[in-house]
Amino acid sequence: MGGSASLIPRDLLSEYQELTFLSKQEILLAYKRFSELLPKEEKENACSARVPKSQILMLPELRANPFQQRICHVFSTSEAEDDSMSFEDFLDMLSVFSDSATSDVKSYYAFRIFDFDNDGILDRKDLEQLVNCLTGQGEGSRLSSAEMEQLIQNILEESDIDKDGTINLAEFQHVVSRSPDFASSFKIVL
Amino acid sequence: MSGLGAAAGPGWQRDSGGLSLLAEEPHGAAPVDFLQELPSCQSARRRRGGTQERRAAPLGTNGSRGDAARALLQENGESAERPARERPVCMADKRRARDSQQAETERLSRWEKWKRTSSKSLKKALSEVKGLSSYLVLWRRDIRSIEGKFGTGIQSYFSFLRFLVLLNFIIFILMFSFVVLPTIISTFGLFNSTVAYIPPKNIDVICTIYKPSGNKGLVYFYTYLKDLLSGTGFLEVTSLFYGYYSIDAVRISIMRYNLPLAYLLATFAYLALSFLWIIKRSVEGFKHNLVHDADPFQSYCNKVFAGWDFCITDPNAARLKHRSLQYELQMDLQEEKLKQKIAERRTKEKLRIYSLRIFINIIVIAILSGCFYSIYRVTVFSQENSNDIGNANSQVNLLVQYLPSMVITLANFIAPLIFAFLIKFEEYTPAFEIKLTLLRCVFVRLANIGVLLFSLWSQISDCGSDKCKPCGYNYKLYPCWESDVGQEMYKLMIFDFIVILAVALFVDFPRKLLVTHCSWKLVQWFGDKEFAISDSVLEIIYGQTICFIGTFFSPLLPAIATIKYFIIFYVKKIVLIHTRKPAARPVRASSSNFFFLVVLLIGLLLAFVPVGFSIARIPSSKACGPFRNFNTSWEVIPDTILQFPTGLQQFLFGISSEAFAVPFFVILCIIMFYVIALARAHKRVVEQLREQLVLESRDKMFLIRKITEAQK
Repeated sequence: MGGSASLIPRDLLSEYQELTFLSKQEILLAYKRFSELLPKEEKENACSARVPKSQILMLPELRANPFQQRICHVFSTSEAEDDSMSFEDFLDMLSVFSDSATSDVKSYYAFRIFDFDNDGILDRKDLEQLVNCLTGQGEGSRLSSAEMEQLIQNILEESDIDKDGTINLAEFQHVVSRSPDFASSFKIVL
Repeated sequence: MSGLGAAAGPGWQRDSGGLSLLAEEPHGAAPVDFLQELPSCQSARRRRGGTQERRAAPLGTNGSRGDAARALLQENGESAERPARERPVCMADKRRARDSQQAETERLSRWEKWKRTSSKSLKKALSEVKGLSSYLVLWRRDIRSIEGKFGTGIQSYFSFLRFLVLLNFIIFILMFSFVVLPTIISTFGLFNSTVAYIPPKNIDVICTIYKPSGNKGLVYFYTYLKDLLSGTGFLEVTSLFYGYYSIDAVRISIMRYNLPLAYLLATFAYLALSFLWIIKRSVEGFKHNLVHDADPFQSYCNKVFAGWDFCITDPNAARLKHRSLQYELQMDLQEEKLKQKIAERRTKEKLRIYSLRIFINIIVIAILSGCFYSIYRVTVFSQENSNDIGNANSQVNLLVQYLPSMVITLANFIAPLIFAFLIKFEEYTPAFEIKLTLLRCVFVRLANIGVLLFSLWSQISDCGSDKCKPCGYNYKLYPCWESDVGQEMYKLMIFDFIVILAVALFVDFPRKLLVTHCSWKLVQWFGDKEFAISDSVLEIIYGQTICFIGTFFSPLLPAIATIKYFIIFYVKKIVLIHTRKPAARPVRASSSNFFFLVVLLIGLLLAFVPVGFSIARIPSSKACGPFRNFNTSWEVIPDTILQFPTGLQQFLFGISSEAFAVPFFVILCIIMFYVIALARAHKRVVEQLREQLVLESRDKMFLIRKITEAQK
């Protein structure tokens, strides 16, 4: 192949460049990081191997992230539903979280990450879980139920355009597109 | 459109969640998914380039993959132009989408094909170049790793620092190539160059006496150090200060280089350059702020949906982020309640609070005037005492020299502490509290420099009992007053640098050691200090303002500033990584970038005043400097214009006359009013559109409900 073990075939590399928002160096770096997660014997064919969820969560980029489980779930294409990730899934993830990804792609995946019960809408339960993720899981760090109620009420007032008590993707994208900090905060630097 | 038709077809199934919800609750509140199928929504989506494609539906709709693929194909017809990577689908689907796009290109004519491939390869080459050029950006990796560890708020501080390094470097290049380089070339006689001195005319000999107190004979090492710190002695007549450039013209073979003119124009150039650069950088943030301010309904959504900084990788930073988010959300909820309370306040309470605020503002003004007065006294004292070499106890002398810098630093340190304490009694909302304290701190820092310059000026033009009759300034104390101002700025700069280093070395690190190795509660409470971005920013903006002012008097100051910020970057980075924890109240990248630039702009505007004043009003010193033969520095310009051909002369004088200036000003005003009116009109339109939007959505809901009822 490329001679050195840490190389992706040239045509595959250019294909990845075309299909993701990543630059060549970023893809190579991602490959290096990904193959480090694999056991020795699988390193040879890292492109086709899958890394189990527990390994992915060990990545320092995800370790501190309260949405790590969701991110794994959303980007995994595993048929077995075990949230394991292939190299291409990994690239998909990095592409969405890269600097140059369009805000539509970003907001779409943000919606999926925040949609904890996978039902295609953000309802009150999703929002509560989201806020809990933000403030931390510890007992002392949660908002009181009155505060939570008030907060969710405020969020819905701001974003729920059709007043049905839930936020759908269109509403979410609309709100997020006007948020000044979203694009700068929704990214992961490898 | 086939939007509603498709709703019954297979395409509909992919939104399984919404469907099941509908199925469960036929009269339920949420037929929102129709919203997405509506023509208006679809066209909006297409315009924005988003698709509703999802990978195999997560909630057990088996066999939906085929549907998804079919829908994908359908989508292809609509958006063949969109690159595959902008689709929110997994890699395999993206590949399929690209292949089908390529299959489509097979059908195209050869010309089209060629156009596509060539544009593709061009894009590829461009991205390659971009990737390579990113290696050239200063501190790219450092800033990225800081961003990765501590989030975007702190990253914006370091980006700002990088901007200042770059700005100072450009100013340095400017001053060096137009002022310093010609002088060096001529003094060493390179390229057949000679120096032309024009003998002074109509000037008293008294004014031209300038004997810098250079050290002669045996010199102690200590004196060298002192001179290095205060810019006197062997440093006084070097290219560092204004007084060195006592050359009227440089002749390089046949060319005549007018140094005074070049000096003045370079000054204008660096001021204009910094002004334009800062404006250009802040326009982006200003637009952002304008849009953001017009949208107060979104504060909670912004905090919740864009609250988590996905860059954070450090577990400690993550814990802090959790806490700060919790704090922020609670604060906002409280603030809302507080606002309600304020609205319900009775007259008596209002009266009490207002009188308290007035009282506290009086205290603040008193503190400020105390600072200003002490700076004034100290400057006068130091100026009077440092010049008589009689009491050559050099330790005391150095102390006296540095007295103004010390007092200013002390004031910069103490006043903000007092303000932070006082603001608690004023009962403002928390957000306003922070803004007001910051505003007061900015005022203290910048006004201190102003007071220092004012007292210097009052000394220079201290004309009691005909002391400065022959020359127009106090020539006995200040034979070369520009150099003196330059020295003062130089000292401020050096002292500021020393203080920043000392604080890092003698306060931050010992404190960290104490906290980690000593578990007393008091120490713990006192110990861990936050990395306060706004304070650090004020610190470096203060330094930059000094640089803006001082560059005219000391052309190599930007070089020192460049080195200084370069070192500060690493010092702050080490301090941040090893000793501090991030602030509990986070700084948002979007607003802080703009804030930094606005404060820097205020500093620059402040610098315009003394520089402009000393160029246009104060008589230039007759003993040294490039403007010896002119009454004021500004006179170089009319003098040069007089040498132009008559037509050009008349044109230039016409532009500067009142006959031109007044109509010009009037036209400017008219344009400004027009723009203001336009902005207001836009605001009105936005409001109306927003109302319309709400109405529309209500109508839509009503119609959809009707349709669902009719379909049953």
